[in-house]
Amino acid sequence: MTAVEDVSPLLQVRDLRRYYPIRTGVIARTVGHVRAVDGVSFDVYPGETVGIVGESGCGKSTTGRAVVRLEPPTSGSVLFDGTDIATLSTARMRRLRTELQMVFQDPYSSLNPQIRIGDLLAEPLVAHKRLDRAGARAKAAEMLATVGLPKLSLDRYPHELSGGMRQRVGIARALMLEPRLIVCDEPVSALDVSIQAQVLNLLKDLQGEFGLTYVFISHGLGAIKYISDRIVVMYLGKVMETATTAEIFARPKHPYTEILLDAYPEPDPRLRDRERIIVEGDVPSPANPPPGCVFHTRCPYAQDICRTEVPSLNAAGGARHQVACHFPLAQEAS
Amino acid sequence: MVSYLIRRILIGIPVLLGVTLINFLIINLAPGSPADLYLSPTATPEDVARTEAALGLDKPVFVQYLNWLTQLLHGNLGVSFQNREPVTQLIADRIGPTLLLMGTSLVVAYLVAIPIGIFAARRRNTAADYGVVGASFLGISVPHFFLGLAMIYVFALTLGWFPTGGMVTLGRGGGFADRVSHLVLPVVVLATAVAAGMVRYVRSSMIDAFGQDYIRTAKAKGLAASVITNKHALRNALIPVVTVIGIDLSALIGGAIVTEQIFQWPGIGLLTIQSIGARDYAVLMGINLIAAIAVFAANLLTDIAYAVVDPRVAYA
Repeated sequence: MTAVEDVSPLLQVRDLRRYYPIRTGVIARTVGHVRAVDGVSFDVYPGETVGIVGESGCGKSTTGRAVVRLEPPTSGSVLFDGTDIATLSTARMRRLRTELQMVFQDPYSSLNPQIRIGDLLAEPLVAHKRLDRAGARAKAAEMLATVGLPKLSLDRYPHELSGGMRQRVGIARALMLEPRLIVCDEPVSALDVSIQAQVLNLLKDLQGEFGLTYVFISHGLGAIKYISDRIVVMYLGKVMETATTAEIFARPKHPYTEILLDAYPEPDPRLRDRERIIVEGDVPSPANPPPGCVFHTRCPYAQDICRTEVPSLNAAGGARHQVACHFPLAQEAS
Repeated sequence: MVSYLIRRILIGIPVLLGVTLINFLIINLAPGSPADLYLSPTATPEDVARTEAALGLDKPVFVQYLNWLTQLLHGNLGVSFQNREPVTQLIADRIGPTLLLMGTSLVVAYLVAIPIGIFAARRRNTAADYGVVGASFLGISVPHFFLGLAMIYVFALTLGWFPTGGMVTLGRGGGFADRVSHLVLPVVVLATAVAAGMVRYVRSSMIDAFGQDYIRTAKAKGLAASVITNKHALRNALIPVVTVIGIDLSALIGGAIVTEQIFQWPGIGLLTIQSIGARDYAVLMGINLIAAIAVFAANLLTDIAYAVVDPRVAYA
């Protein structure tokens, strides 16, 4: 479902930056910064799914973690329902965590091996004093059924479950506090392909059932296309393009998006002969990003201006389609 | 689990046999004879031969060892060369004080090391952390005899807070307070080395745990920092720490020998030193066997504890 224009966004990310200092020497002097996220802005409307896509190291996971303040942003604001969580006190942030949850990428390492599934799920309810122990456990049992896990999983330890089951536990865990926004950080990339579809469908079903809003981070275009209403394309810590899923796939405006779509494997063998765009070179280091447009080093259409001037994210063809490029593509996607 | 335990104990038997054999050989490799110590300088070679025969030392080393083993199978550790007392009786008299000293030291060491290790881990790479790491390095490096003598000089001689040695004040009954005040200095000496090593284990183990994904999950749940530290991180961090207890125990036995000597603590350690001085082979072999069994049992208990604290570990 796509949000209507006059509804105010649930989440507004504005000029979000997250730099990691590079320290060296005996006294750990800061000699520079890795600009993992460098001025990212996007909106998320209630009930929609915004997919963030980009290759490894583009800053999409860092963005996700900063959105739920598992890392403090270096600058910028993250407005959740009008409250800037980037500057919220630790105590107030802890209370707000009931509204903002995260599903993590690795279902193996993100569950504490020492704690039984039932206690794992009940813990946040007890911590936020919503329910007593018994009540929280009953709720946990209910939630396990919702995500399609047998009730006896309650007394199991995480290592006794399979990867798919563990990710269901991770999802159930995020749902326990009935949050409004869930950031899914590559929730299926650690799973077998056959399990991926099950988990994606589960996420979709739960969205309908609980009226959830998702920020869905993935490097897999298939999953992104399947689940997202809108897509944010990131490269080297910056947003390249954002539009509805249909728009992005039908009319990519940014050369990077075009290349990204082109790199996606074509399942139909009869169509595999098409001309492919080959990009040369590696992704530049986020510690030392190129001047101008960060993509100019690999862009087949780069001009002089691209090497000096940073393109801003501008509306391009439709109010909700924005692209950060001096020369947005005009042609239809092949 | 039961079949695992039985298997472990069966494996332990040849290990213990090997330990006793090697020890027997080492003791006998030392030049000279115990008989030299028990006879006057004017003794004739015949006297020496007679004494050696009485002690069973005239036979080849392997026959001596087999004799010792045969006795052992009858539950008999032999008699002391020095005073003809049964070795079992000598050890039984001394084991209580040693267990008291080592047990108290181990408990004190852990009670001190775990909170300090957590403290350092939570403030890693700060001045407080560097202070803890530096102090632990000092604690590991200082030898027992030096620390013991320094303690006696400062706290017993100069300040007079604690007695210089022994387990009770002679002729004054030895009430609870008296025993505790005798226990303080040797416990501090023994616990220092153990705690200093343990602090480093706890610290690095906690730092490792804090970096785990499930800690991020716990933060995302909105749990209080104390719950994250004490429940999520500590529970996982203590798993590797538990395994070190077995190793610590062997270090503790070695440390106890020196510490008991310095503080004249009437335990196994003091008996060991006295027996080495007197070349009392029978007592030394008995002590050695008991120590080997203790280390073996400690390692077995460690493995069992491992299964208890880590639900992923199951023995079959």
